[in-house]
Amino acid sequence: MRPGNLIQKTSLYIFAAMLLVFSGYPFLYMVSTSFKTMGEFFDNPFSIISGSLTLDQFASVFEMGLHTYFINSIIITVASVAIVVFVSALASYPLSRMKFRLNRPLFVLFLVGMMIPVHASLIPIFMMSNELGFYDTLFALLGPYVAFALPISIFIMTQFMSDIPVELEEAAKMDGAGHWKIFSKVILPNIKPAISTVVIYNFVHIWNEFVFALVLIQDKGNMTLPIGLQKFYGEFSVNVPGIMAALTLSSVPVILIFILAQEKVVKGLTSGSVKG
Amino acid sequence: MAINNDMILLEEQKKRTRNKSLTILLFLLPSLLVYLAFILYPILATFNYSLYDWNGMGDKVFIGLENFTTLLSDSTFWTALKNNLYLVLVSVFVQVPFGLIMAIVLLSKIRGKKVLNVIYFLPYLMSSVAIGLLWVFMYDPVKGPINQFLNIFGIESVHWLASSNMAIIAVLIVLVWQFAPFYMILFKASLVGIPEEQYEAAEIDGANGIQQFFYITLPSLMPTIVSSSILAVVGSLKTFDMFFIMLGGGSGSATEILGTYMYRQSFINFNMGYGSTIASMMFILALLSTVIILFTDNNRQKRSGLK
Repeated sequence: MRPGNLIQKTSLYIFAAMLLVFSGYPFLYMVSTSFKTMGEFFDNPFSIISGSLTLDQFASVFEMGLHTYFINSIIITVASVAIVVFVSALASYPLSRMKFRLNRPLFVLFLVGMMIPVHASLIPIFMMSNELGFYDTLFALLGPYVAFALPISIFIMTQFMSDIPVELEEAAKMDGAGHWKIFSKVILPNIKPAISTVVIYNFVHIWNEFVFALVLIQDKGNMTLPIGLQKFYGEFSVNVPGIMAALTLSSVPVILIFILAQEKVVKGLTSGSVKG
Repeated sequence: MAINNDMILLEEQKKRTRNKSLTILLFLLPSLLVYLAFILYPILATFNYSLYDWNGMGDKVFIGLENFTTLLSDSTFWTALKNNLYLVLVSVFVQVPFGLIMAIVLLSKIRGKKVLNVIYFLPYLMSSVAIGLLWVFMYDPVKGPINQFLNIFGIESVHWLASSNMAIIAVLIVLVWQFAPFYMILFKASLVGIPEEQYEAAEIDGANGIQQFFYITLPSLMPTIVSSSILAVVGSLKTFDMFFIMLGGGSGSATEILGTYMYRQSFINFNMGYGSTIASMMFILALLSTVIILFTDNNRQKRSGLK
């Protein structure tokens, strides 16, 4: 090996290790603290493995109501994602496979949505939910969550749909299939990768959404995890291991999804920008 | 007879076009309705509200552009804008390069890449709230690991979140932690796309690693760098969660950004009219910066195309 290569290799490993500590240490701290008792934390806040490896914190976190936030987050995330997938697939079909005058302008209109700061719609949505009586219900979150997930979802779906060979569609047409049939029997089965990409991408973002939940939800019983966690912190900020346990638990679902479906997450992130 | 036939054909064609339009409309309708109700209408309403003095409940008083003139002489607005500018700079010049370095490390020939890949990416998966709370404890002046680490080197503990200058830096560091992995993913995707032959050819010509980086890697990454920058600029304007969680109400107006200032005016002080003005400004800035970046990039592409 040339000496230059050795230096290159060594500095590479040093870089890799530094980044590893930077990215990984906060996690390690979070997880290891959540397995400590209060006493252990105060005696030795930095030990990585505590003596007791207690699960008490996780139990007490659930006793204090974390499960409500969890259930709410699951409900609103699943509902929003399901609707986004269906609605954006519907819209993507004509946008990607039919010629009509408003095609391009409509497509651009949807894409522009990606750059809009949510704050620009916050007050009117708050007002609307009040007037319609949805304020302080999970249902109030559904509209904004679906709407702000649409642009990226339509973008991903149209890309996949335009790659489907015309022959498949033509064959179905010969058999007398209408557009709905073509959509449901030819297009949908052929964009499964796009669907799972859209599902996972939006799951992560809606699971973690904060601003709308902050503005539209007030009652503890209707809170999603992000505002629930904030509430938790406000009430029990002394109980550091307890909060760390709550943070760890709240992150588990998304991290699991990433480990199980890495490429889909990556695909979702890149399709939004590299080609765009 | 012939004319009659033609007319029937024409009728039929018209009917088909009408059918086609109806089909298109039906497929697009759900998305359009949601988009209209929760994005387009609210944005227009925000602009409309910005012309009123309004607390959100009582009567609206029309005051024309007064909110905008007030905003322009509101020192907190300028502070917030300045902080947003720091955010943009850190996003473009720290987060993006950080992501690039991570991507290069992950694509180089080292061991344990799979594990590194997952760990580097983890921060991006957590909610901003969870990240913010975690780092509040990381920065804790007494028991926080960061200060303990500094103490080892004889550096005195820093009260990270107490003074406004330090607080902004502290939050910016957390945002690098959170978002660098996002750019890492983008760069990884486009680095993989660079053909290996280009490097082999350069190797034969005797180009070293650094030369290869500047003459092959960087130019090939240009489109990704541009789109990352757009995302970084637009993302910076959208930032809210981290500042709200970590500093919410803590160090006052010096650490305000546009998002938190809009929230404070609208939902704490109930100046809904003024809050809408700030929100309108955020929208205009997001739109403007996107247009400017796209326009400059277009020019750049034209120039390199002409060569």
